[in-house]
Amino acid sequence: MTSPTTIIGLEVHVQLQTRTKIFCGCANRFNPDEPNVQTCPVCLGLPGALPVMNRRALELSVRAGLALSGTIAGLTKWDRKQYYYPDLPKAYQISQYERPLCENGHLKIESGGKSKRIGITRIHLEEDAGKLVHEENGDASYVDLNRAGVPLVEIVSEPDLGTPEEAKDYMKKKHAILTSLGICSGDMEKGHMFP
Amino acid sequence: MNHLLRHLLYEHVAACLLEPPQTTFVVRDGSWFYGGVARRGDVFLGRNKFLDHFGDGLDPEVREAVERALDVYRGLGADVQEIELPHSRFAVACYYLVAPSEASSNLARYDGIHYGRRTDDHDGLVEMYSNSRGTAFGTEVKRRIMLGTYALSAGYYDAYYLKAQKVRRLIRQDYSRAFADVDVIASPVAPTPAVRLGQLTDDPLQMYLADAYTISANLAGLPGVSIPAGFSQDGRPIGLQLLANSFAEDRLLRAAAMHERETDWHLATPTFAGDAC
Repeated sequence: MTSPTTIIGLEVHVQLQTRTKIFCGCANRFNPDEPNVQTCPVCLGLPGALPVMNRRALELSVRAGLALSGTIAGLTKWDRKQYYYPDLPKAYQISQYERPLCENGHLKIESGGKSKRIGITRIHLEEDAGKLVHEENGDASYVDLNRAGVPLVEIVSEPDLGTPEEAKDYMKKKHAILTSLGICSGDMEKGHMFP
Repeated sequence: MNHLLRHLLYEHVAACLLEPPQTTFVVRDGSWFYGGVARRGDVFLGRNKFLDHFGDGLDPEVREAVERALDVYRGLGADVQEIELPHSRFAVACYYLVAPSEASSNLARYDGIHYGRRTDDHDGLVEMYSNSRGTAFGTEVKRRIMLGTYALSAGYYDAYYLKAQKVRRLIRQDYSRAFADVDVIASPVAPTPAVRLGQLTDDPLQMYLADAYTISANLAGLPGVSIPAGFSQDGRPIGLQLLANSFAEDRLLRAAAMHERETDWHLATPTFAGDAC
């Protein structure tokens, strides 16, 4: 009997460094102390409000796709990811499913003295959800939508990572590329990059 | 409401259309809708020969009213010709996949958190959702949400929603071709005179089939207008529908005004012989 092998694929969410949110003019700013001040009819999901796409978010995600040696799609489109959760006011996330912005990228990493090519399945754009804050006694939960509609790219890797060490090196290299290209601030304590 | 008032209202609506986009509508740069009186001979009407596909279901009194309305237009110099909209026979099937799918997605936000009524009767989040939605939506809305959720669900999406979107495109192309030849397309509003209150509420399929003439406008993205065109023997109103090409609302309302000036159906009141509704 052969021993089990470790196989790791990572799905990483990267917050784009834009001035405003992905479908409205609200500020894209980490602001946990003043809940629900960076909101408008669009990111509150008011019925009938029209999302208008942030050009800068598209440019930065194309930049991310090229930096990770991906193929940028000639035609890309939005899809609705439908699910119920209190921090998702429309009850769907505007995301990309059928036709992502970028596919077939890769990232070369150095890990344990060896060079390895990690495949990147796809990179797509989406909006972030809001945030729930729970009362410590468990009596109530509050919704903060400052973050709702903040632009994200989701970077999905192939299951090419063989050890936690490789996963760490993959993340570190990606973090370095995305921050040095001005795509993401990379402040993980503010949730700007998370698996 | 007379046509002038209606036109002023329309200009107001058109003005709203040019405000910065905050809601879902199309804004056309540099366009303006103009007021104007109908001139003799400036309207070419088409009648859909495939409407006769509904021949068996088309009430003879409705047919007569529509023919009479077409004669009014002929009298004003309009050239009435038959057109072909071969995919219109799929409009009901297509619409009742697309519209419930969109409704099920669009109405999901009415979950009692931000939007919609929140029930007090719940134990936990999931039950709050289901009890809020279960008590606040009416039966027709629930029916459409369930139809739509089914059509969009994994494994059925391609066969239902995606297929319906393709048929929708074909319907739209039919109209694009037709509007190369005619300015306005005439049809009945419904296959029967207006139904009595509550008459079809227990029979949703019949209710949906009654939409056969009107929902193409929604699928193809066209402006349409219903205008009074007569009454059945027992006093129920019959409507004439006119459709125009996208953004040809001015032409559409002018054509409607032409009929209204020549007839007085819009001044008459239904009598509802027999029972009150």
